[in-house]
Amino acid sequence: MATMTIAKALNAGLRRALEADPKVVLAGEDIGKLGGVFRVTEGLQKDFGEHRVIDSPLAESGIIGTAVGMAMRGYRPVCEIQFDGFVYPAYDQIVSQVAKMHFRSRGLLKMPMVIRIPFGGGIGAVEHHSESPEAYFAHTAGLKVVACSNALDAYWMIQQAIASDDPVIFLEPKRRYHEKAEVDDTATPDPLHAARVVQPGSDVTLLAYGPMVKVCLDAATAAAEEGRSLEVIDLRSLSPLDMAVVAQSAQKTGRVITVHEAPVNLGLGSELSARITEQCFYSLEAPVLRVGGFDTPYPPSRLEEDYLPDLDRVLDMVDRSLAY
Amino acid sequence: MSDASGARAEVELVQLLTPEGERVSHPDYTFHGTDADIAGFYRDMVLTRRIDTEATALQRQGELGIWASCLGQEAAQVGSGRAMSDQDFVFPTYREHGVAWCLGVDPVRLLGLFRGVDMGGWDPIATGFALYTIVIGAQTLHATGYAMGLERDGLVGTGDPARDAAVIGYFGDGAISQGDVNEAFVFASSYNAPIVFFCQNNQWAISEPIERQSRIPLYQRAAGFGFPGVRVDGNDVLAVKAVTEEALERARSGNGPTLIEAYTYRMGAHTTSDDPTKYRLADELEHWRLKDPIERVRAYLVRHGAVDDAFFTDLETESDALAAHLRQQCLEMPDPAATEMFDWVYAETTPYLKEQQAAFAAYQASFETESASGTGGH
Repeated sequence: MATMTIAKALNAGLRRALEADPKVVLAGEDIGKLGGVFRVTEGLQKDFGEHRVIDSPLAESGIIGTAVGMAMRGYRPVCEIQFDGFVYPAYDQIVSQVAKMHFRSRGLLKMPMVIRIPFGGGIGAVEHHSESPEAYFAHTAGLKVVACSNALDAYWMIQQAIASDDPVIFLEPKRRYHEKAEVDDTATPDPLHAARVVQPGSDVTLLAYGPMVKVCLDAATAAAEEGRSLEVIDLRSLSPLDMAVVAQSAQKTGRVITVHEAPVNLGLGSELSARITEQCFYSLEAPVLRVGGFDTPYPPSRLEEDYLPDLDRVLDMVDRSLAY
Repeated sequence: MSDASGARAEVELVQLLTPEGERVSHPDYTFHGTDADIAGFYRDMVLTRRIDTEATALQRQGELGIWASCLGQEAAQVGSGRAMSDQDFVFPTYREHGVAWCLGVDPVRLLGLFRGVDMGGWDPIATGFALYTIVIGAQTLHATGYAMGLERDGLVGTGDPARDAAVIGYFGDGAISQGDVNEAFVFASSYNAPIVFFCQNNQWAISEPIERQSRIPLYQRAAGFGFPGVRVDGNDVLAVKAVTEEALERARSGNGPTLIEAYTYRMGAHTTSDDPTKYRLADELEHWRLKDPIERVRAYLVRHGAVDDAFFTDLETESDALAAHLRQQCLEMPDPAATEMFDWVYAETTPYLKEQQAAFAAYQASFETESASGTGGH
């Protein structure tokens, strides 16, 4: 068992996937000699060669579109999109081609592809470097969307995503890349699409993923000092959603708050709210409430602390929920 | 033909068979086949045209939602299609019916997409012919990636003609404006991928003329990406065959991509939904009619006594039978079961989708129960 950062855990997971299956190839901008701008692929090209770890031209549609062809040839491409805001030039290839190939071919063509996207804000970056595009992809049939929040999950989930025969959008919380945790590489990991109760509680349920899991855990700690018991669930999988775990918690606490960085309007919280209401209406003591980014473009970085949900905004919403 | 690309077209065009049906020589390209081969191409083109006219008729009669005709492009498609080896792989647009024919795809299967019963009903792996792609140019990237895969699989430059493989990515003159096509050129060039980019310049992207797409002949774009481009008379099946064969050989032997611009003309509409009389002059069509890809081969075959009269009458009989078969099979093509749409969304389906499928099946079944028990309310 080793302690490592999320970035290192992803690196170790990628390395293990490359070793396990010669059909796994990595592709992306600057992922070779540089090791990626976040160093997630550091050292992999040196050890696996330029044919397995491919430095790509600066063309996102090209990265994803050529990966479609490689997948048709039996490869398992793992594409790195350098920053969340750069995925949009590849959007057509992802939603019109990658997502639909299995459907179109009635299962004859599989797209075992992983698209890694460092997502979210909090690093003081310029525009297009702090987006939360998850709802676009979760809305698209044919794609699966997951987000890791810690090093242990990062290590296992990246390998599970690569092993999946479906295309997986793999979201990495870039502001947590350097947070450390123990990674047991002999453990039996949870299934890729299972949610996890990371903090049991009885008064209010907080649903989060990626960078917001830590914010919610901090909120739970602060609330505990006031005698409030918050349950925190790390969704891990955004599409499909693990509604069994979510509903069980909603029925237990009767109060649910969704927390994400993405704008609230039509965000993942909206879907969660609708489905919890459908499934748990008679158990609810309060409406499902949502904490998220505002419905503005991601602001200049000097304002991002105002934009991003923090512990206080989460606790404020806990107060509102308990006031019903 | 006043456009920049048209003005010099005649000079730069590789041609081995004139519109009058005369064989001519070219310093760089030679057709190596026999008269029997030429008769075979003639048959391919006649049958392709018959598939196309029958499908157009089926659309007019409401049996197909839409059809993208390849009328006038038979030589470009048959010439390139017949240049391939068994192990080559094709990424088509939605118009490559003649290429599909050459690769042995059952023409009935082409209709499903346009009738709306499937999204392309043939097996792309077994036929070497990927599904039709509707988004303009998107498939050129898939083709490039597949070619990169061939290279990684060690199937390029082995010197064994039964092993060495290449990819042909088809697209039109409109697609050359798309980012994806330009990105495909960059990737193919940078990785020296075994691919032939086959652009059928049919002069019109729906109603947008080639002048709106390019100020230079399209094949010259290749130079900017670092690989050769060649413009061939797209209505000359012999020249297309010779040029494509050489480009494929170049790719298979590890010498990288080639752009072929097959200079041709779409004699029909873009699809059955548009009306070309609104955007182009009748004179232009007449000009190209004289260059008909089928007529010139017929003229050659007749003039040189390469086939007898029976060849033409037999072919007519075969063509009629194919059309009748296509029509019957089209009408008999069943609708898929509605609950099947849930089956193919994922390789590993999700609980939520299974719930939706079960709920929808129960909903459908409820009508059958109602009508069976006479409570349908009609």
